[in-house]
Amino acid sequence: MARFLQAVTDGILGGAVYALMAAGLTLIFGVMDIINIAQGILVVLAAYLSYALSVHLHIDPLLGLLITVPAMFVLGIAIEWAFMRRLRGRERVAMSLLVSYAVAVIIEGALYQIFGSTPVGYLPSYAVASVHILGFYLPYIYLIGFGLAAVALAAIYLMLYRTKFGRSVRATMQDRVAARLVGINVDRVAALTFGIGVAVTAAGGMVFGATNTFNPDSGYDLISRLLSIVILGGLGSIAGALAAALFMVTAEEIVNIWQPTWATAVYYAVLVIVLLVRPTGLLGKREARAQ
Amino acid sequence: MSGSTVSGSTVSGGTVSAGTVTRLTAIAALLAFAVAFPLVFTNPAVTTDAIYTLIFVAWAAAWNTFSGYSGYLSLGHAVFFGSGAYFTGIATHDWGLTGSQVFWLLPLAGLLGGVIAVPFGLFALRVRRHTFVVITIAVFFIFQLTAYNLAVTGGTSGLLASTINFATATYNNPFYYIALGIAVGTVLISWLIRRSRFGLQLRAIRDDEDRARGLGVRAMRVKLSAFVFSAVPVAMVGGLWWYFITLVDPSSGFDPLNDVAVALMAFLGGLGTVSGPVLGALIIEPSYLYFQQQVSAGYFFWILYGVLFLVVILVLPRGVIPTAAEWIGNRRDRRRRNGAGAEDRPPATTVTGRAKELA
Amino acid sequence: MSSLLHAEAVSKAFGGVQALSGATIDVERGAIAGLIGPNGSGKTTLFNIITGYARADSGKVFLDGKAITNARPERVFGLGIARTFQLTRIFPSMTVLENMLIAGQHKERSSNPLARAGGSASRRHAMELLDFVGIASHAAALAQTLSYGQRKLLELAYVLVADPEILLLDEPAGGVNPSLINTIAGKIRELNAAGKTFLIVEHNMDFVMGLCDPVMVLDYGTVIASGPPEQVRNDPKVLDAYLGTDDEDDEVEDGEEASRAGI
Repeated sequence: MARFLQAVTDGILGGAVYALMAAGLTLIFGVMDIINIAQGILVVLAAYLSYALSVHLHIDPLLGLLITVPAMFVLGIAIEWAFMRRLRGRERVAMSLLVSYAVAVIIEGALYQIFGSTPVGYLPSYAVASVHILGFYLPYIYLIGFGLAAVALAAIYLMLYRTKFGRSVRATMQDRVAARLVGINVDRVAALTFGIGVAVTAAGGMVFGATNTFNPDSGYDLISRLLSIVILGGLGSIAGALAAALFMVTAEEIVNIWQPTWATAVYYAVLVIVLLVRPTGLLGKREARAQ
Repeated sequence: MSGSTVSGSTVSGGTVSAGTVTRLTAIAALLAFAVAFPLVFTNPAVTTDAIYTLIFVAWAAAWNTFSGYSGYLSLGHAVFFGSGAYFTGIATHDWGLTGSQVFWLLPLAGLLGGVIAVPFGLFALRVRRHTFVVITIAVFFIFQLTAYNLAVTGGTSGLLASTINFATATYNNPFYYIALGIAVGTVLISWLIRRSRFGLQLRAIRDDEDRARGLGVRAMRVKLSAFVFSAVPVAMVGGLWWYFITLVDPSSGFDPLNDVAVALMAFLGGLGTVSGPVLGALIIEPSYLYFQQQVSAGYFFWILYGVLFLVVILVLPRGVIPTAAEWIGNRRDRRRRNGAGAEDRPPATTVTGRAKELA
Repeated sequence: MSSLLHAEAVSKAFGGVQALSGATIDVERGAIAGLIGPNGSGKTTLFNIITGYARADSGKVFLDGKAITNARPERVFGLGIARTFQLTRIFPSMTVLENMLIAGQHKERSSNPLARAGGSASRRHAMELLDFVGIASHAAALAQTLSYGQRKLLELAYVLVADPEILLLDEPAGGVNPSLINTIAGKIRELNAAGKTFLIVEHNMDFVMGLCDPVMVLDYGTVIASGPPEQVRNDPKVLDAYLGTDDEDDEVEDGEEASRAGI
């Protein structure tokens, strides 16, 4: 029983971090109709950045976020401006998928070039210790991750619902053309949203890197999880992504108790089952419009 | 009349135009060349590359017959490839097949691919395009995961084939001709489909699925049929590939880069055309193999690959063949308009104009 | 009962907006009926419900006495009702001829799935129709290269392929130059003389008044008048509906016109 509850706790803590990364993905989709396949490798990139800062420059990963978050934000804007914006025509969605995949391949290749294929990891001092409460072990790093996720998700929520910019984002999500008609600079919204979506990977990546050994190949597993989460929660819905992430990771942790090898299969099994019943996901937003 | 590579239907059914004769001669010449190829270029390294290329020609053509015509991009066809490979491997071991006997397994592998495609398609095709792509990716990872974890698939180390007793000098030939056969067959059927009522329905679904439905097109049935068909050649070349390199493991049998490469080939050549994927495969696969051999320094070619991809999509969004066809059509119209007697046809240049408008 | 199409007390709400409330219309066999009304009065919604693209909250639709309420679009189409769309919905990446072949594909029953699309009979029929509307010379061109007016003609040819009994035309004269409008009106008369029934939604008053009888007027989701054009034109309720709350209606009208032209 205790193991079960521990699994649930781990699931919630870990799920929050995945929720953060998935939120970026779903936000990008909601505003721009783009499925950013590169999100997985971007997390890995962020992890490598934290790794480089931590191991080579001896900067604490948490502090390093002050560097990595803006860096990833800028990278996101650059990607959107250089590639996504250029896509035109009726095959836009399909092409954006391939373009983001291409970007992912490039980043992966670059990471292999620079860092090699040997798995690395960094463990800040607080990563190994844990808090012992009521018989549960709550690793510090997970608590930090949860905290980061909570702060970031709250920030995104506030941004979306309390700021003028957020209003523009929501308007663009609902109807791009109408948004343009009322004077919203849709291109700028797109760029900034992409930037934000990528910036959250910095936080997620830091936690990911601190809790796993990783190499460039880790991107695939990540993106498949993130995609499952986003589909389950409904493309475009941040609340859905949060719910789905918590659910999926917790489920995996629970299955992990009995059958470790098939734990990751839980992800897909859940996805398949839910989609059979509700093709638009748990809190699915409007599906693809006539495309 | 514009080159029928793009439209594929002619108004008059009677006379054969000069354009058709040229095309038929070109195709015949290409086929003759392909058949004679291994007899002329006997270097095994060359024929090996040719075999890989033909495998991708078949894959790309099959993929395009579904994804290109219907507009539903699948990034999960590697499921069929890997399944075909593993099936052939397992069956060879279990039934103790040797030598050329294994080749008889290929049609069965194809059949298996089709069978897998049915539930896969029924599940994935219920949703619209965005979700569909992601589902294909998810299913792909399920298969890869299964390959890692099942004992019968040999886990991480995969399945080996025992060495084959073909004559060394012409070792590659049977593989080459089988691959050629599958490739040619796939392209042929792809062409037949495109000009058929079935193809018409697929393309209507691509343009406006709701409207097509409203006109009586049974969308699910049509999509599923195309999906199942596209799985068969891919599974077959998967089986062939296993026997050729005598090994399959989860990461190579289910390699996500393959799906991306195939999509790139189709896009480069021209998504939705018959010859586009063929051209794309003929360009990309040999280039990839060349780079792989030349650039021994680590993962540089990944970067190159990605860059090439980006360039193709951003510069030639419609692919080589449609762009070329349009360019030729433009020149022909310009020449015609400069001549006597204006024809009552919309100039082909409006295609670009309209396309920009519709963006 | 000579009524071919009959919609009885149809109601439909979208969220908080009541698009139709108890709309009843009647189209007799062989008539060219017109359906007019200010913007937002529910005309297209009614069309959508009749042809199965939307579900009615309540009410019934009858075709030749047979209930077809909430039937799916393909079934409605198969029963002999064809419709055009306000924003022309053609298949852009296919040729004009292929567009026509798709419209007729459900009737072809060749057992060989790989047989060439469109037997010679279908092709001839398609070409005849394209000739009828005047765009036969564009048969091999991609549909997306057609001008707006030509697309309207294609849509008209389109819906004729299935040889429907009744055609529902949604703004056939919208955004089209005057000479083409006359051509379209002429074609409609020709087809009507050959036995086809029409129900036309239009904003162009001259077009409607000159062509349709009866004319039905929809306002805020209900039918407020129905009868010969002269009668309807002078009906105070109709004038009120159109000119009623002055500025608001004018603005909405301009806005709709602008959005139709621009987007």
